Amino acid sequence: MPGRKEWVYGWLLLSPALILLFAFTHYPAVVTIWDSFFSTPRGNREARFVGFDNYITMLEDETFWQVLTNNLWYAAVTIPVSIGLALAMALWVDGKLKGRGFIRMAYFAPTVLPLIAVANIWMFFYTPGFGLIDQIGSLFGFSEVNWLGDPDLALGSVMVVAIWKEAGFFMIFYLAALQSIPPSLREAAAIEGAGKWTFFRRIVFPLLMPTTLFVSVNAVINSFRLVDHIFVMTEGGPDNASSLLLFYIYESAFKYWDTAYAAALTVVLLILLSILAIGQFFFADKRVHYQ
Amino acid sequence: MSDRFNYDQFLNTLGAWFLGILWFLPIIYAVWTATHPGEYATRFDLLAPLTLGNFVDAWNAAPFARYFLNTIMLVTFILIGQFVLCTLAAYSFTRFSFPGKDILFALVLLQLLVMPDILIVENYSTMRALGLIDTIAAIGLPYIASGFGIFLLRQTFKTVPKELEEAARVEGAGPIGILWKVYVPLAKPTYLAYGLVSVSHHWNNFLWPLIVTNSVETRPVTVGLSIFGSVDQGIDWSIITAATLMTSGPLLIAFLLFQRQFVQSFMRAGIK
Repeated sequence: MPGRKEWVYGWLLLSPALILLFAFTHYPAVVTIWDSFFSTPRGNREARFVGFDNYITMLEDETFWQVLTNNLWYAAVTIPVSIGLALAMALWVDGKLKGRGFIRMAYFAPTVLPLIAVANIWMFFYTPGFGLIDQIGSLFGFSEVNWLGDPDLALGSVMVVAIWKEAGFFMIFYLAALQSIPPSLREAAAIEGAGKWTFFRRIVFPLLMPTTLFVSVNAVINSFRLVDHIFVMTEGGPDNASSLLLFYIYESAFKYWDTAYAAALTVVLLILLSILAIGQFFFADKRVHYQ
Repeated sequence: MSDRFNYDQFLNTLGAWFLGILWFLPIIYAVWTATHPGEYATRFDLLAPLTLGNFVDAWNAAPFARYFLNTIMLVTFILIGQFVLCTLAAYSFTRFSFPGKDILFALVLLQLLVMPDILIVENYSTMRALGLIDTIAAIGLPYIASGFGIFLLRQTFKTVPKELEEAARVEGAGPIGILWKVYVPLAKPTYLAYGLVSVSHHWNNFLWPLIVTNSVETRPVTVGLSIFGSVDQGIDWSIITAATLMTSGPLLIAFLLFQRQFVQSFMRAGIK
C-alpha cells in the first residue's frame, strides 16, 4: 500500500479507540493535575486559582498522613505475602500431588468472586463473639475480639482478606511460567547432583524473575486500586485506621464534595504509582534474565 | 528406594492441603450458612435441615432480577465494545505504519498504570457534562478502549504469518477483509481468554458503578449487593450470605464448569 493511503488507514482504524482512551484516561489525568491548583467550585462561586493551597492543606491534614501510612503498610504486607504464597501454591500444584485438581480450584476460587462479595463473607467471620474466628478462638480459650472495630486490628484484618483474594490470581501466572520451563533442565540438574532446593534457588527462581516482575507490578497497582472491601467491612474506620488512599479520595470527592482536594490526592496517588512502577522496572532490570 | 518414607513429599502434600482447605473454608462456610435456616448460621450441626428459603428471601427482598439484567447488559456492552475497538486498534498497530505510531502505542500502554479506576473524580464530571450519569453507558465507556486488550491482541496479531495475508490479498480482499478473514479467526484463543478476563473483571467491578449509578434501573449486582448487605438494615446473616452467593453464583458456576479454560485463559493473558 502506498504511504499516504496507509497513514489514513492506520489512523482511521486507531481513532475510535484513541478517542475513548484520551477521553477517559489521558484527559482526566491531565485535568486532575490542573484542577488540583484550583479551589472547589461551590454554588455560585467559581473555581479560582489557589496555587499550592490544596497541597499545603494536604500536608497539614492528619487524615491524609494516616491514610498514606495505612496504604504503604497495606502494600508492604499484602504484596510480598500474596506473591510468596502464590509461588508456593504454584510449585505445589505444578508438582506431583494427590488431589491436585481440587487444590488448584480451592486456590483459584476466591479470584472469581467479586471483592464486595468476599468482604461480605469475611464480615461474618470477623463478627465479634459469634463469628467463625471467635468461635474457633473460644475453643482455645481466647476471649472475644472486635477484629474490625479495634484500631490496632482493623487494617490487619482487611489485609488478610486482600491476601486471600489475590494469592490464587498470582499463582496462575507462576504456574504458566513453571510449565514453560523445559524438563531437560531438571534432568540436567539431577545428573549434576543438585538437590531440590539448589535447583529451585539457582535455576527455577531466576527463570521466574520476569513473572515475578509482572506479578509484582500488578500487585502494586492493585494495592492502590482495589478498595471495594473497605466499603463493606470498615468504611475506613475506626477513626480512619483502615482507610486507604483511593477510599479517602472517594470520601473527599463524593461525601464532602471537595473535588479540588480530591484532585490533589489523586495527583499524589498517580505520582506514587509511577514511582513504584518505574522503580520496580529499574530494580528488576538488573536481576531479570529473559530467556 | 521408595521403601523409605518420603518426608519431603509428605510435608509438601500436607502444606498444600492445609493451605487448600484454609483457602476453601470461607466458601464452604458461606454455602453452609446460605443453605441452612438462620438459627444454624453460627452453630454446626450436620443434621441441620437444608433449605433454599434464604435464597428465596434474598431474591424477594431486593430487585435482584433487575440488578442481574443490568450487569449482563453492562458486561455485554463492554465486551462487544472492547472486541471491536481493540481489534481495530491492534490491527492498526500491527500492520500499518504512520507517523506518531510509537508515541501513540506508548500512550496506550500508559493505561496499564494510569487506570480509569483511579480517575473517578474527573471521569464523574465528564459523565455529568455528557449527561450520562446513572446510565449503563457511563459505567462501561471508560473501559472500552482497553490498553490491555490492545496490547494483548497486538501481540497475537504479530504472530500471524505474512504469507496468509498475501494470499488473501491476491484473492482480492481489502484491509478490512484481511482483518476479518485472516487475523480474527487466528486470534480466537486470545479473544476467548481476553473475554473471560474482561467479563469476570467487570462483573466484579464496584467503585465506579457505585459512583455513577443511583437507581435500580442501572445498578449492577455488586452495587445492589452492597446496599442490600448493610448490616444495620437488620437482615439476618443467612439471607445476606445467600444474596452474596447468588450474585457471585453465575461466575462461580461457570468457573467450576470451565475450570480448565478459565485457568488457561488467565495464563494466556499473562504470558503474552
